[in-house]
Amino acid sequence: MKITRRALAASALALGSACGAFAAGHEPVTVGFIYVGPIGDGGWTYEHDKGRLAVEEHFGDGVRTLYQESVPEGADSERAMTQMIRQGADIIFTTSFGYMDPTINVAARFPDVKFEHATGYKRAPNVSTYSARFYEARAVLGHIAGELTESNKIGYIASFPIPEVIRGINSAYIHAKKANPDVELSVVWVYTWFDPAKEADAAKALIDQGADVLLQHTDSTAPQAAAEAAGDVYTFGQASDMPEYAPKPRVSSIIDDWAPYYIERVQAVIDGTWESTDTWDGIAPGMVRIGEISDAVPADVKAEALSLKNRLASGEYHAFTGPLNRQDGSVWLAEGETADDGTLLGMDFYVEGIVGDIPN
Amino acid sequence: MTFAGIDPLILLASLMVASTPILLAALGELVVERSGVLNLGVEGMMIVGAISGLATAVETGSPWLGLGAAALAGAALALVFGFLTQTLLSNQVATGLALTLFGLGLAALMGQGYIGVKPPPLPWPDLSGIPVLGRLLDQFDAVVLISLALLAAVAVFLKRGRAGLVLRAVGENHDAAHGLGYRVVPIRMAAIAFGGACAGLGGAHLSLVRVPQWTEGMTAGAGWIALAIVVFAGWRPWGVLLGAYLFGGTTVLQLNLQAAGVAIPVEYLSMSPYLITILVLVIMSAGRGRTAIGAPASLGRIFHASR
Repeated sequence: MKITRRALAASALALGSACGAFAAGHEPVTVGFIYVGPIGDGGWTYEHDKGRLAVEEHFGDGVRTLYQESVPEGADSERAMTQMIRQGADIIFTTSFGYMDPTINVAARFPDVKFEHATGYKRAPNVSTYSARFYEARAVLGHIAGELTESNKIGYIASFPIPEVIRGINSAYIHAKKANPDVELSVVWVYTWFDPAKEADAAKALIDQGADVLLQHTDSTAPQAAAEAAGDVYTFGQASDMPEYAPKPRVSSIIDDWAPYYIERVQAVIDGTWESTDTWDGIAPGMVRIGEISDAVPADVKAEALSLKNRLASGEYHAFTGPLNRQDGSVWLAEGETADDGTLLGMDFYVEGIVGDIPN
Repeated sequence: MTFAGIDPLILLASLMVASTPILLAALGELVVERSGVLNLGVEGMMIVGAISGLATAVETGSPWLGLGAAALAGAALALVFGFLTQTLLSNQVATGLALTLFGLGLAALMGQGYIGVKPPPLPWPDLSGIPVLGRLLDQFDAVVLISLALLAAVAVFLKRGRAGLVLRAVGENHDAAHGLGYRVVPIRMAAIAFGGACAGLGGAHLSLVRVPQWTEGMTAGAGWIALAIVVFAGWRPWGVLLGAYLFGGTTVLQLNLQAAGVAIPVEYLSMSPYLITILVLVIMSAGRGRTAIGAPASLGRIFHASR
């Protein structure tokens, strides 16, 4: 992939400068994307790339997009970003939490380039952050999971112990518990966003321990395949719809829809109105969608799930509404109180009822 | 009998299954390196094997043909490396790295139409009726047995008989072997092809059995771990088995312990195979250079008959 990509990037560059030569004053805006996995992962990166393609389609010749796949989180991503800037990038979307500090570092060196970092919390005059309130969708999936489980054991494949993942675990657990008070949640940390073999092994380990519903916060479809092989196990698509595993094991999904946001931000660059912002959108604006709930889910459960989704979208209900205690039993939210965004963004604790510790 | 809610036999089985791709890849690379060639393209050969195996299995409906195709594809890619390094005398490290990049790209291209396609399952008899061991054997698949049989065959081949001795002689001192009338380049090409076939088979185990589906980049670094295991093993076949099961084992063990709710420091367990490798390398290489750790003396050196 890399060789082709470089060749493509080089030819794109050549094309770009050629166009610039005879269409002076009408340079296309160059938009870069840094991806943590391959665009064919069928999950997280796949959806970001769909957003990139939507930008290309929307603006046509007005933009030129660049992307690099499977960029390791950490220092090497700075090299990838710098390389993109040398190729003329005007705005770069860095689409994983682990690019946070590298993005800030590179942004400081190139004040004229705009940056958009997904799921982080550090901003600068030329760095915006954006994320989606995935926890709203997790609440809906948690509810379905609680209703579907017969062993009362839900398995959760978690990637890294960062607030975004912990929020998802808490939200899923709270709503599974509401649907089924006997439910137990077993969390396995795999320390990767994308490693199909490891994700499959984690799924199998959870299934061996009696889990009959799996939630995942990793990017490949491997857990879906493992669940299908095991038989009576339900799963949910993560980041992308993963429809090839419907109607069973995949009974619903969380879909990230980045396209409207990407188009809006690129438009702002074209108009010269881009400013550093912090966006955190949920189900209501459509940044997070719930995939088709399949027929493997009983009709009444499906209706409850859709009603929960609508209440979350209208703002009538917040996914973290008290009374809620922290894992150690101390009070977090009193009756009727809802969580503030600050606590959610820095969430580093489990709610009461979840067994086990969060690794540091 | 269970320990912390984990059945040790099931655990052993999943450990062996999970380690099979890296065991196969490392075994192939062991033979390559014992012949004096360093092929860093393992990751590329594995992933090309993974997609070739899956595509063939899907198109023909036969997982067995899939395994065969994976081995052939791995060997074919390896022979490209062999041609470049043995005939054109290119640098082995650079060529191997290029092979990995090429393999990842080629596999992504080949896999375009196969995302989300499920391969036909590899048949395996129901052995759960056998007392005690049945639970273990029931979790296995044919590739696990193939990997163990290949390991035993390689161990015997290298240790006993003339052919293994010749291969080792080529790896230790290619000029002397050449002087004795052995044809260094064809012997190395055969070893390289064998290494590629093993890596391809390992990749096919991922795409046909363990995951089982095609996902771009699905080997996720397994080829590099296989390379490390060969060094860890001190270039000995049974050491490869130990290394592969240690690597695969720690991963599976920690995932199972977590699933069973045993409080363990995940981050330390995750890094433990790497720490052990570094430790073993330090101990083995202390003082006496690379012969002390058992590296073939001609490893990575370019051979030309005129010198």
